[in-house]
Amino acid sequence: MDLHLSKEQEMLRKMYRDFAENEVKPLAEWVDENEAFPEETVKKMAKLGMMGIYFPKEYGGAGADVLSYVMAVEEMSKVCGTTGVIISAHTSLCCAPIYENGTEEQKQKYLPKLCSGEWIGAFGLTEPGAGTDAQGQQTTAVKNENGDWVLNGSKIFITNAGYANVFVIFAITNILTDKRGRKKKEISAFIVERTDPGFSVGKHEKKMGIKGSSTCELIMEDCTIPADRLLGKQGKGFGIAMKTLDGGRIGIASQALGLAEGAIEETIKYTKERVQFGRRISQFQNTQFQLADMYAKTEAAKWLVYSAAMKKQNHEPYTMDAAMAKLHAAEVASDVTRRCVQLFGGYGYTREYPVERMMRDAKITEIYEGTSEVQRMVIAANLGIN
Amino acid sequence: MAFDSKDTAAFKGVWVFCEQREGVIMSTSYQLLSEGRKLANDLGVELCGVVLGKDIKEDYLKALGGYGADKVYYCNHELLDVYTTDAYTKVICDLVEDKKPEIFLIGATNIGRDLGPRCAARLHTGLTADCTHLDVDVAKYKEFLKTTSTIDVDNTVFEENTNLKMTRPAFGGHLMATIICPRFRPQMSTVRPGVMQTQPYDEAGAAKTVIENVNVALSKDDIHVDVIEVKKAAKKLVDLIGADVVVSVGRGISKDVEGGIKLAEELAGVLGGVVGSSRACVDAGWITADHQVGQTGKTVHPRIYVALGISGAIQHLAGMQDSECIIAVNKNESAPIFDVASYGICGDLYKVTPMLIEAIRAAKAAK
Amino acid sequence: MKCIVCVKQVPDTSGVVAVKEDGTMDRAAMATITNHDDLAAVEAALRIKDATGCKVVVISMGPAPAEGMLRELLAMGCDEAVLVSAREFGGSDTYATSQILAAAIKKVGVEDDDIVFCGRQAIDGDTAQVGPQIAEKLHLPQVSYVAEIAVEGKSVTVKRLLEDGYMTIKVQTPCLLTCVKELNDARYMSVGGIMECYQKPLEIYNYETLKDDPLIDVDTIGLKGSPTNVYKSFSPPVKGAGMMMEGADKATVDKLVSILNDKHII
Repeated sequence: MDLHLSKEQEMLRKMYRDFAENEVKPLAEWVDENEAFPEETVKKMAKLGMMGIYFPKEYGGAGADVLSYVMAVEEMSKVCGTTGVIISAHTSLCCAPIYENGTEEQKQKYLPKLCSGEWIGAFGLTEPGAGTDAQGQQTTAVKNENGDWVLNGSKIFITNAGYANVFVIFAITNILTDKRGRKKKEISAFIVERTDPGFSVGKHEKKMGIKGSSTCELIMEDCTIPADRLLGKQGKGFGIAMKTLDGGRIGIASQALGLAEGAIEETIKYTKERVQFGRRISQFQNTQFQLADMYAKTEAAKWLVYSAAMKKQNHEPYTMDAAMAKLHAAEVASDVTRRCVQLFGGYGYTREYPVERMMRDAKITEIYEGTSEVQRMVIAANLGIN
Repeated sequence: MAFDSKDTAAFKGVWVFCEQREGVIMSTSYQLLSEGRKLANDLGVELCGVVLGKDIKEDYLKALGGYGADKVYYCNHELLDVYTTDAYTKVICDLVEDKKPEIFLIGATNIGRDLGPRCAARLHTGLTADCTHLDVDVAKYKEFLKTTSTIDVDNTVFEENTNLKMTRPAFGGHLMATIICPRFRPQMSTVRPGVMQTQPYDEAGAAKTVIENVNVALSKDDIHVDVIEVKKAAKKLVDLIGADVVVSVGRGISKDVEGGIKLAEELAGVLGGVVGSSRACVDAGWITADHQVGQTGKTVHPRIYVALGISGAIQHLAGMQDSECIIAVNKNESAPIFDVASYGICGDLYKVTPMLIEAIRAAKAAK
Repeated sequence: MKCIVCVKQVPDTSGVVAVKEDGTMDRAAMATITNHDDLAAVEAALRIKDATGCKVVVISMGPAPAEGMLRELLAMGCDEAVLVSAREFGGSDTYATSQILAAAIKKVGVEDDDIVFCGRQAIDGDTAQVGPQIAEKLHLPQVSYVAEIAVEGKSVTVKRLLEDGYMTIKVQTPCLLTCVKELNDARYMSVGGIMECYQKPLEIYNYETLKDDPLIDVDTIGLKGSPTNVYKSFSPPVKGAGMMMEGADKATVDKLVSILNDKHII
């Protein structure tokens, strides 16, 4: 087992760091205060190949690997959780399912534009009545007389929605009856373009954190798309969704990891400067022990995340690894950022310093792309505990 | 006889390149002449000024004698009006090859730093850039080291010679190096403008200086660039990071924001710097964000940082505490800015700053 | 057409500057970066490449670890790299350095429509001498302090900075330009560029490679061939604790200004 980064990965890390420090960090506060989607940053990232890091060059990707992608989300999230999730949702939830399930034509049509950042991608699974319970879907897709698919229904909490051009959407294509006479929804995946007739983006959510991430409702009213937009085989949607979320969880775990690391960096810097009772607060053992604990937990999260990424890269099963990485990293992120605010004291509670933002940003990582409870279910199921 | 830069014995005299722009000799040239005079005296040789231009009048050049030149060589030529590397290098090198000075000083202006290395490379000799101190005499050099270095001068062996000892800062002043050029002549140095002191003007010197017109062989074919225009810059944007001097204002200007900023601008003008600010001023809308120094603004390490009415919140200090010289003016004696300041004045910035401007102006005028 | 860019790896003096007991810089203890002005030169060359498709060759003289920097420049989009590295070249002053770099540039080959770029100066030495000295050794016209570049065929129009303004200068290729960091904002390495940079050619020029060039002579390179030598190197006295001036009147201000004046601070 090699725990060393390759020369290229080391170089990528350096580039991500420079970029985050110079381009992302200065905007983080503004993005949060104004709930602003950092469009210019996305364009800059796209130019550097960061919107298609691990896809092959033939599809417009940068030809790197999954770990290189994970590090990008991590480094951006260290300074801005919003920027981290934009890359993650775009890459893991839209580019990946198209790359993994698309026909050659679909890949040729969508991936180059997505990888170059000309188009931004999103993923529509969650509905008002179907969050953790993905089987609760209500959106339907019906074939009309021309052979086109007609979609009806709505999706909520869709990341990147306000700025995305391409959406991977899940809808019920049939109601099947199993041997025992129970009804089961047949779910299929589709590629929907923003300009498709009958498709619209609805209400923008006001959130606690990752405020610059565009989270909206999607509305499909007789949204009509050609037959060749079916992604994967009809009826395979649920599997595609679950597999996509496995990959997505690695991305969110990286975001959580980055938030924890970023908060620790800020806190170390602050505690070395801030003086109380005539001493730098870094000289107090409480500070030292707190930060030592936080760092150790965060490093553990890092190796879970990296190992899940390497398994995905090597086409090994990684469902449980992704679930563990996300569960642990998200809980570490929430815990660490909260403790960092505490070490900052009153200043930590003000928006003068970034740690309160990081704390707000961290909370969502325990919720989206499968709550921590769902991750525990996945892990338990994989352990055969039922 | 062919020119040989290794034949050190054949070289005599100290030269100063006296740069003119638009027919006016630059003040750096007078500083260099004053310095060159001392070197020439220590060596017992002549000091010569060299002027290249188009319509330089002999009467005007008398002033060079007033600052110490025994002799002035000047060349008037259509192609020497505006600086080009090719023309100036050719004329200077021809002159050096002919007259063979042992020391040649050039102001480290944007032009001097273009001309110096080109000439040194052509003449095959050494050049030391941006010098801040020059000596030929070892005893004087030792005196200099006593106040400016951590060297135990009395217990250190110094090689006795009359080579030009050219001292310059490296790594932004973290280190100083004294350079010599023992095997080649002339010993060339560019000298940082504003560092050497101009000596008082001496009428007698001006009267007796010998002015010699030098004919130059120069044609258009010698010049490979076309200068299309020379333009004075309009006001530029604030370049905090590149600035040599930053004068920053803080919450202390709340009493009279406009007046406070004006004072900072004036002080920055006198020191050749730009205006910065603390975050408080930016948040209050008193000044634009490009001026902000500190954790969320820019990190600066100028040569001089003046903090006017800045208490020194930790996030501000993070952005400026590595400045070489920090001067703080604040009403509150216990303001944290004084912990990092090289010099602190506890007082009203509206009273102290005008006095500071005046005193610095006077000190500069005296140079 | 091609652009040849000379680049130097320098200690990062924006962080902690490590000084050894003997007063010299402890380079090993410091992080290294690509010199800022040189990075501007690389970016200028890459923009010409973007516009014309020309080749960009980067050359650096320095110890073996400078290869890491060259790989980064290849990851930014440069096409080829040359590392000029040999014990014989060590200890060179600016004169000797420009002899060696000029020989290396000749080896790469300067054609009629080529541009040689340098940074104006390196942050470790701040001399600004190597560029013009290379130009002289290569008999190329030079423009230093370049803050804007427009290339039209073999004609290059540049803005050259003066202290209080600028000159607009037109020069024909082949020529040498030294760039200031204000010229542009250098691009980042791209993900794709990083993935390719180890496949791009990086040649090492050692003493053997260059020794036949007339510029390379024991009398003109290395420590022995350098016209200038260090006579003494020393640290300035440590910055003492801050000095709180007495009072706040004219006498106080005058005293402060006279201290600043004596110390050459103003």
